[in-house]
Amino acid sequence: MALKMVKGSIDRMFDKNLQDLVRGIRNHKEDEAKYISQCIDEIKQELKQDNIAVKANAVCKLTYLQMLGYDISWAAFNIIEVMSASKFTFKRIGYLAASQCFHEGTDVIMLTTNQIRKDLSSPNQYDTGVALTGLSCFVTPDLARDLANDIMTLMSHTKPYIRKKAVLIMYKVFLKYPESLRPAFPRLKEKLEDPDPGVQSAAVNVICELARRNPKNYLSLAPLFFKLMTSSTNNWVLIKIIKLFGALTPLEPRLGKKLIEPLTNLIHSHSQHRDLTGICASVSVLISLSSGMPNHSASIQLCVQKLRILIEDSDQNLKYLGLLAMSKILKTHPKSVQSHKDLILQCLDDKDESIRLRALDLLYGMVSKKNLMEIVKKLMIHVDKAEGTTYRDELLTKIIDICSQSNYQYITNFEWYISILVELTRLEGTRHGHLIAAQMLDVAIRVKAIRRFAVSQMAMLLDNAHLIASNAQRNGICEVLYAAAWICGEFSEHLEEANQTLEAMLRPKVTTLPGHIQAVYVQNMVKLYASILQQKEQAGEKEAAQEITQLMIERLPQFVQSADLEVQERASCILQLIKYIQKLQIKEVPVAEEVIALFAGELNPVAPKAQKKVPVPEGLDLDAWINEPPSDSESEDEKPKTIFHEEEQRHSRHRQPEIDEEELARRREARKQEQANNPFYIKSSPSPQKRYQDTPGVEHIPVVQIDLSVPLKVPGMPMSDQYVKLEEERRHKQKLEKDKKKKKQKKEKRGKHHRHNSLHTESEEDIAPAHHVDIITEEMPENALPSDEDDKDPNDPYKALDIDLDKPLADSEKLPVQRHRNVETLKSPDSEVPLVEKKSKKPKKKEKKHKDKERDKGKKKEKEKKVVEEEEEEKKSEPAMGTAVVAESQEVKKEGREEQDEEEEDEGKKSSKHKKKKHKKEKEEKSKDKKKSKKKSHHSEEEPPESVQNGTLEDEPLPVSSCAQTYDIQGNLQNDSQVTVSVIFENKSTSFLKSMELNVLDSLNTKMLRPEGSSVHDGIPVPFQLPPGISNEAQFVFTLQSIVMAQKLKGTLSFIVKNDEGSTHEKLDFKLHFSCASYLITTPCYSDAFAKLLESGDLHMSSIKVDGISISFQHLLAKICFHHHFSVVERVDSCASMYSRSIQGHHVCLLVKKGENSVSIDGKCNDSTLLSNLLDEMKETLSKC
Amino acid sequence: MTSYYLHFSVEEQHDHEESPLSGQPDQVKSEDTQQQIIRETFHLVSKRDENVCNFLEGGLLIGGSDNKLIYRHYATLYFVFCVDSSESELGILDLIQVFVETLDKCFENVCELDLIFHVDKVHNILAEMVMGGMVLETNMNEIVTQIDAQNKLEKSEAGLAGAPARAVSAVKNMNLPEIPRNINIGDISIKVPNLPTFK
Repeated sequence: MALKMVKGSIDRMFDKNLQDLVRGIRNHKEDEAKYISQCIDEIKQELKQDNIAVKANAVCKLTYLQMLGYDISWAAFNIIEVMSASKFTFKRIGYLAASQCFHEGTDVIMLTTNQIRKDLSSPNQYDTGVALTGLSCFVTPDLARDLANDIMTLMSHTKPYIRKKAVLIMYKVFLKYPESLRPAFPRLKEKLEDPDPGVQSAAVNVICELARRNPKNYLSLAPLFFKLMTSSTNNWVLIKIIKLFGALTPLEPRLGKKLIEPLTNLIHSHSQHRDLTGICASVSVLISLSSGMPNHSASIQLCVQKLRILIEDSDQNLKYLGLLAMSKILKTHPKSVQSHKDLILQCLDDKDESIRLRALDLLYGMVSKKNLMEIVKKLMIHVDKAEGTTYRDELLTKIIDICSQSNYQYITNFEWYISILVELTRLEGTRHGHLIAAQMLDVAIRVKAIRRFAVSQMAMLLDNAHLIASNAQRNGICEVLYAAAWICGEFSEHLEEANQTLEAMLRPKVTTLPGHIQAVYVQNMVKLYASILQQKEQAGEKEAAQEITQLMIERLPQFVQSADLEVQERASCILQLIKYIQKLQIKEVPVAEEVIALFAGELNPVAPKAQKKVPVPEGLDLDAWINEPPSDSESEDEKPKTIFHEEEQRHSRHRQPEIDEEELARRREARKQEQANNPFYIKSSPSPQKRYQDTPGVEHIPVVQIDLSVPLKVPGMPMSDQYVKLEEERRHKQKLEKDKKKKKQKKEKRGKHHRHNSLHTESEEDIAPAHHVDIITEEMPENALPSDEDDKDPNDPYKALDIDLDKPLADSEKLPVQRHRNVETLKSPDSEVPLVEKKSKKPKKKEKKHKDKERDKGKKKEKEKKVVEEEEEEKKSEPAMGTAVVAESQEVKKEGREEQDEEEEDEGKKSSKHKKKKHKKEKEEKSKDKKKSKKKSHHSEEEPPESVQNGTLEDEPLPVSSCAQTYDIQGNLQNDSQVTVSVIFENKSTSFLKSMELNVLDSLNTKMLRPEGSSVHDGIPVPFQLPPGISNEAQFVFTLQSIVMAQKLKGTLSFIVKNDEGSTHEKLDFKLHFSCASYLITTPCYSDAFAKLLESGDLHMSSIKVDGISISFQHLLAKICFHHHFSVVERVDSCASMYSRSIQGHHVCLLVKKGENSVSIDGKCNDSTLLSNLLDEMKETLSKC
Repeated sequence: MTSYYLHFSVEEQHDHEESPLSGQPDQVKSEDTQQQIIRETFHLVSKRDENVCNFLEGGLLIGGSDNKLIYRHYATLYFVFCVDSSESELGILDLIQVFVETLDKCFENVCELDLIFHVDKVHNILAEMVMGGMVLETNMNEIVTQIDAQNKLEKSEAGLAGAPARAVSAVKNMNLPEIPRNINIGDISIKVPNLPTFK
């Protein structure tokens, strides 16, 4: 034996191992990809061998390749094989590979459940350890549920090495299977006081992770942690606990009070030793504590002071941590941080990007009305200096964030802000063009007073579009042209040089812009055109008006040719419109009024969350049907119509104020819904009602004359700096004035539309805005429910772990333990159409060492291989025809196939020579006569009247066993989503078969119905044993969601073979084929009902044609009736109509016509997929004729 | 939460960089994203000067603002961990140091080529320190004990059959150009702040 092993290892010692692979890759720099694909081929060969050591070596190499970025998911099954090796060496390789490449989507992962369970209970602690480590990386909800109980047992393992891993992995289990948290928590809590420090630290780790997300559930542990904190010497544990306290104190102020004193002392003692890291750690702790106690300003003051020392330190790490801590304080005590503005601005000049980013973050919270301009000015300087685009982009977003925060609270001069935005467009290569564009739009829409200025700036941008768009495809900055074009178009009444802008928009260069921008261009040039037209007509300059029309007609065709659909469509539409206008103009008809009416109406901004806040009116049931839904068959056709109808309504701009409150609400809802669904929506929408209310108010809004003291000399490039100076002067003046007079000027209240200046702090109140600016509040529905619920992410995976842990455990809360299923539950009341399956026999190649005690009942496995064969056979039985005949004819065919199959398998699987020999012998015997491989018998069940079903032959060879199976699938009329599969098991061997268990890999769509509480990986026991030569039938119920596609399910039958020499555990793999036809139930139909069905027009149609049919038409119809469960409705000569119904109620109608040599079938069905699948199946059947 | 999920080596013309990168194992990452993360991380980390801080906010690629990269630079190697806000920054720096020292012990004067040729062993060592994204063990002696015990187990399993393979691999290694044995741990001393004691 040992010699053989040595020989084996000599054979493979010249195989490439990992080191050789790495070396090879390094030596093939130039053709690395080629070399690696070569290696992968070798690996595939190695994986086919039987020797586990070779396989493990291959998997080990694959793991390395995975790290290099090659997909190795195809080897998932081999990885599982290596995982189940008995040697730790290989097992470790397997689990490492699995942890690298398995994820929730890996379908074979469910096959690992039993293997992992076995490893978890292995006597070798390292087997267990390696399984735990691997599992922690790829645990899925299913694995978590099935293994939770095993892992929980391990938490009390005698070895601390296992305990700590088991404790730690529980966190992953909780995440995937939250129900396990409550049952497992008491034991987890126990582990906090484990004698081993490693286990203790793992427990602290897990609880801190849990508490971080849902701190309130863990308050009761505070005393325990306090004890740990004072007794533990492990720094990791200390840091974790203190972080935990940071999360708990906001919820329990008394806790904070208790902690604050010792920590303050700690900081002081560290300062004395100049122990900066000590300060750092304790300060960050103190911060998290103080954040829960707004009144403890003394300690905050201390923190800030110490942080300053950190930030000034030369060690960059400490500087970074200091800034990080500062930002935490900023959230609760902005005032105390603001006094360190100088220091933070200084950090912006730091050479280290991480530190600059931190400083930026702080700045965001530090701006006020007073310093906004100054800070932004500094940032703008940095933008110019910045080298990396990442940092520059970060600066850009920060500038915008800072300015726009809390509804532009800190902006006193919007002209300045617009200038800043325009200046930002000069940035090359930024990704944030759309951000700038969004700001421009937002400001222009919401700040009415700024529109004139904004329009003039935007016109300049458009004029200089070539600067911005020079490398349009590469950078995102051209997005601002989107905003510019829209603003110029929408507010064209403010535009002074409209002609010029229009021409700029019509330049040929524009066609190089991205499609969505061009589309906006096209739309807005019409708005512009309309307003120019109006101007000219009012001024009586008819010729000028015609000129401009001519210009449009000349230039628009370039957009009509655009490859972008949207642009093309809009352009050609508009071109026609303008041609029509031209005709009218020639007839000297005044058109301007009508054209401008196309774009009348004003947009109001709507808050982004408005839709969610709309309260549901009393008595309105959103789930109730407005009209009773039409019958199934009609509904599909009906739907599109309604949608279309609604959409039409939504798209029209409503201009008339509605009288009917309800109607209004309804429309608004529809509109907002559309807005929510439309990514291009600019967060504003026409609101008739608003406009109505506003009208009287408009005059009250002081429209400020923009004072053009800032010369707009550089076209398109306003100098925001000038505003800073102006602003300073202005403030100075204001102050002087204020000193003289008493502040008598009371701000006019402009109702809810006005900004809430009163909220500002006193120091800021002195600074009056430069212009009276009206920031329109975003519109919210009346009666909006104030709630902050929408801030929470409903998908937060941690939310599921928000579980009350103090409640006593109920009996029902137990971790699922693997149990045997009750056979009785399986019985399905309806019986039906039998399907026959064929069996194939094959030598079993691997001895299975299943440890499953329940199955084995303690018997030892026999090492000797048993040659068993099985062939799976499928037979179709038809009620009308004699089953026996069919069976026989198939048997002959099968015989030939069997042998072929066997050969194929031999090649495919690595079997030891020894085994092969045996196999061959077996074959010989078989070919002589079938004595040894027991005779096959095909059974067909008695068929109930509705029986319909059959399976089809599987293409793949099936492994053989001493057991033969026949199966039949049949629909269940009572339940539209279930089919019953009757399987006949026949024992063809001379041994006794027992403990049979049938298991099927569920697919998403098709699942085996298992007794409640059992896992999807558990098999269902077959409720009988089989003596030699005996057959029996068992039924299994499957549930399906969709029946429109054929399904194949893989399954395994495991059983124990018992004969004189002992007993072995064997497995038989098979496939169940659920053809679409098996979902049909033969249903008679009368010709008038049939005609009505066809006329109804809700059926999808499809057809096939099969050539080379020689059998008689009668025979052909019989075949269709039998194999596909149709019934003949009417037959005229060589033409017949047929009908069937699916278990889910789809109607299927066929018109079968026979030509000379061909048959054509036209089908109609409610579901086109189902139909085409059925026809495909039929084609296959017919082509065999 | 720290977790490694790959360990890779990038070779440039003259210098070798290697970094165990940690990520969130619970997100499904395709090999492409994985490579992109590595490239980006390498790019970010390698262009940083000496004497800057060891923390990097990597942005969206590594899972948003809650996560950051913490790295240390040893001669030609970078060790990068990606952690979320529940970990202490200084603690992770310490952990990297423990990791490197453990490597040094297990490989006996670890050098870069050790890591390149024995990725699996590096993984096994890391697996004793970090499990499923959480720090498992920080005590170097404990880690080394467990690794040694596992190696012993492995050797005993190989037994007689393993001998020829070992011989061949020894022969193969003789053909190697002399392996430079200088990773120079501690040569470039990053100031490792000692964690404070809370007493």
